[in-house]
Amino acid sequence: MIEPRILRELKRIVGEENVLTSPEDLIAYSYDATFLEHRPDAVVLPGSTEEVSEVMKVAYREGLPVIPRGMGSGLAGGSIPFSGGIVLALTRMNRILEIDEENMTAWVEAGVITAEFQSEVEKRGLFYPPDPSSHKYSTIGGNVACNAGGPRCLKYGVTGDYVLGMRVVLADGRILRTGGKVIKNATGYNLSRFFIGTEGTLGVITEVLLKLIAKPRYIATAFAVFPKIEDAGRAVHRILLSGIIPASIELMDQTTIGTVEEYLHLGLPTWAEAILVLEADGNQEEAVLREIEAIAGICRENGAVEVKVAKSETERNNLWKARRSVSPSLARRAPNKLGEDITVPRSQVPEAVKRIREISQKFGLPVAVFGHAGDGNLHPNILFDKRKPEDMEKVEKIAGEIFKIAVELGGVLSGEHGVGVLKQPYLEMALGPVAVEVMKAIKKALDPKGILNPGKVIPLGVPWRGE
Amino acid sequence: MNAKSLLPTEEQYLFCIRCGQCVTECPTFRVTLKETQSPRARVMLIRKFLEGELPPSPNFVDQIYSCLDCMACNAICPVGIKPADLALQMRAYLNKTQPQPWIKPLVFRGYFTRPWLIELSMLPFILYQRLGLQRLLHSLGIDRLLPAQLRDLEKLLPNPLPLRPLRSSLPERIPAKGERKLRVGFFLGCFQNTVFARGSAASIRVLAENGCELFMPKDVQCCGMPHLGYGELDTFLELARHNIALFEGEELDAIITDCATCGSTLKEYGKYLKDDPDWGERAEKFSHKVRDINEFLVEVGFRKPARKLPLKVTYHDPCHLRRGQGVWKQPRQILEAAVEEFVEMEGADTCCGSAGTQILTHYKTSAAILEGKMEKVGASGAEVLATGCPGCQLQLGLGVRKKGLKVQVLHPVELLDLAYAFENEREAK
Repeated sequence: MIEPRILRELKRIVGEENVLTSPEDLIAYSYDATFLEHRPDAVVLPGSTEEVSEVMKVAYREGLPVIPRGMGSGLAGGSIPFSGGIVLALTRMNRILEIDEENMTAWVEAGVITAEFQSEVEKRGLFYPPDPSSHKYSTIGGNVACNAGGPRCLKYGVTGDYVLGMRVVLADGRILRTGGKVIKNATGYNLSRFFIGTEGTLGVITEVLLKLIAKPRYIATAFAVFPKIEDAGRAVHRILLSGIIPASIELMDQTTIGTVEEYLHLGLPTWAEAILVLEADGNQEEAVLREIEAIAGICRENGAVEVKVAKSETERNNLWKARRSVSPSLARRAPNKLGEDITVPRSQVPEAVKRIREISQKFGLPVAVFGHAGDGNLHPNILFDKRKPEDMEKVEKIAGEIFKIAVELGGVLSGEHGVGVLKQPYLEMALGPVAVEVMKAIKKALDPKGILNPGKVIPLGVPWRGE
Repeated sequence: MNAKSLLPTEEQYLFCIRCGQCVTECPTFRVTLKETQSPRARVMLIRKFLEGELPPSPNFVDQIYSCLDCMACNAICPVGIKPADLALQMRAYLNKTQPQPWIKPLVFRGYFTRPWLIELSMLPFILYQRLGLQRLLHSLGIDRLLPAQLRDLEKLLPNPLPLRPLRSSLPERIPAKGERKLRVGFFLGCFQNTVFARGSAASIRVLAENGCELFMPKDVQCCGMPHLGYGELDTFLELARHNIALFEGEELDAIITDCATCGSTLKEYGKYLKDDPDWGERAEKFSHKVRDINEFLVEVGFRKPARKLPLKVTYHDPCHLRRGQGVWKQPRQILEAAVEEFVEMEGADTCCGSAGTQILTHYKTSAAILEGKMEKVGASGAEVLATGCPGCQLQLGLGVRKKGLKVQVLHPVELLDLAYAFENEREAK
């Protein structure tokens, strides 16, 4: 419960209608895209950086937890208010403040929907490449706070690679401005980089300065079926070695192929261990076509038995259909799923897929693996039913094993979703005690009262299990 | 009917993975930017209610009624959850178990079930266009409206309104022009009979022009969508049975309506009466024959006018046509044939915020959605905004008048009718 006098103060800052406390509102802000939930005590929707600053001053004075939230599409429980307190929803801050065509940069507010920003800059021939699969229903602020990736990141890099500066409201309400419209910057600590991926635990990112590039004019797609997943892995390696950087290389494993086929009946080869969907893009049509043919050729040479190449928009959509249908197909197979996003060194992708398959068989729950083979970022999705206690137990064990595989193979827990609460128990295993101590020290320095998204990323004793 | 049996089942919400895809698709979220006003939240609220964790407070009821039933969420959901349908089911339940918002009994109890009453009620509106709205609303007991809402209501109805309802000015049987190729039933919707009588008169001419003999029963009653929308399921089923019976005695190739809402509702009679031993089969047979006029004209290969109207036209997809019936190519094909320049506007398929009565029940949201729509209409540069749903036509007409746009709102088939007339005019010269 938040005292009425505090609620009155918050209402004075953001307006009466932007402080929500009804049970319906609290339920609406109790979840993200995981199976977890917990209600906040209030929801505050600020309209500007200055309002965020005023809200933080009140929260700091009162020691109230503040949980920043974009569209609530996160996959690690990072925006769920397990600590109670205030959910600070940034959806009203959805203005594109400036698109600077000459310097190829843009200032946006945190609540701008990523896909809408992309279509706005594309109207001007510019391009913002990061494409998390949630780009139509996630925000730039959320993407930066979790350092979101996507298929195109193999060639173009992740969200963090496009951040040139930001405005961040600190725990005590001070406003920090970092970076600038420059490509090079060696002026002090790189604070713009520093806040990327901090998941709202060190400050509230309210405005972001993004780098833009020119939009590639041509794109072509290839689709390759591999009976053996090792062959798919070798093909990826050979493609990159040949000097081609595909815009994306997407992988579906056998369980995934089977699930999609069961749902859509596209005629997919359910006997195959892997399907790759690869893309080449660029500004010269002949070059793009040459590249996609070369990619197709390398796939054939390395054991692909069926290779298709699409040049038109319609053909491309057909080839992407199977990959795009992965999430819905999985969702229809079980009421709940836990989607992880471990990343391993590229050469270890086939080994990781094999080991995950063994774990799945050992515990008897389906785990479908798909993801971005080019950058080693895999999405093992555990399918289960939250209503069955025995399933929940297995889920926890399987997730633990998957993280262990990632670390053993020289990889990391999360490539693009973030730690939130779900990966927290494995953080020390992955990073070692010193790294966690350093993180705790930073947290303490920037958020001495521990009010910013408490209990996320690094363990701070906020219970979330069994909620 | 037992209220509990109306509630959604677990299968209808259990598989929601809360991904959030529906949230940005939802018009009420787009204007409020609050999760509570999104399909994902509505599914969650309904779930919490069904699981006994949330009492049906007035705010809960309001959230359930704030859905526009535009079905954008149904269409986007990767898992096949239908949040809009869940909201409608909840309304049917709530209507049985607790009192409804003030507007509903006033507007619906016994109103749409009696065509003569609707016609009669137009009279004061015709009068108001001379006398002013304030007094009229007062006499109806509606004085809880906001000042801005009052101003908007004055702009809601086309001015001037037709003086005579269509059903009293046309015979029950209308011959085909030239050789009779088909025999069709025509379902005259409530609004088409009154406010938009000119539009349906045009539909009838176009059908006759294309070789259809028409059977237009005079005592059709409302299709039942308003009742379904407000949870009056029993009344809805009564209306459905009445309307089915009217068309049963005739040999018809199709039953046609030029109202998107009526069409989508009539097509669902079969589904709603499925378990009724006396009516199940009859309803299915009826629904099977129902066609939206755009759909029908394209299906039978309508005659292309010899000359196109020199107009720049854009099109708004009614939710009940595009998502409700999967009809969106056909009206565009008709417009391409009827006018010289057809342009797509941005976001043609997003809801206009009408949803029947949202301008009365959820004014702020509805008006904000409309404002966004009007910006897109203005940007298209079109002189005519075509759409085939009276709810949309009323709402868009209001938008055009509020914004001061020089744009006419017409049914696509009205433009085809005009093009036929235009062609004859030229022949006469």
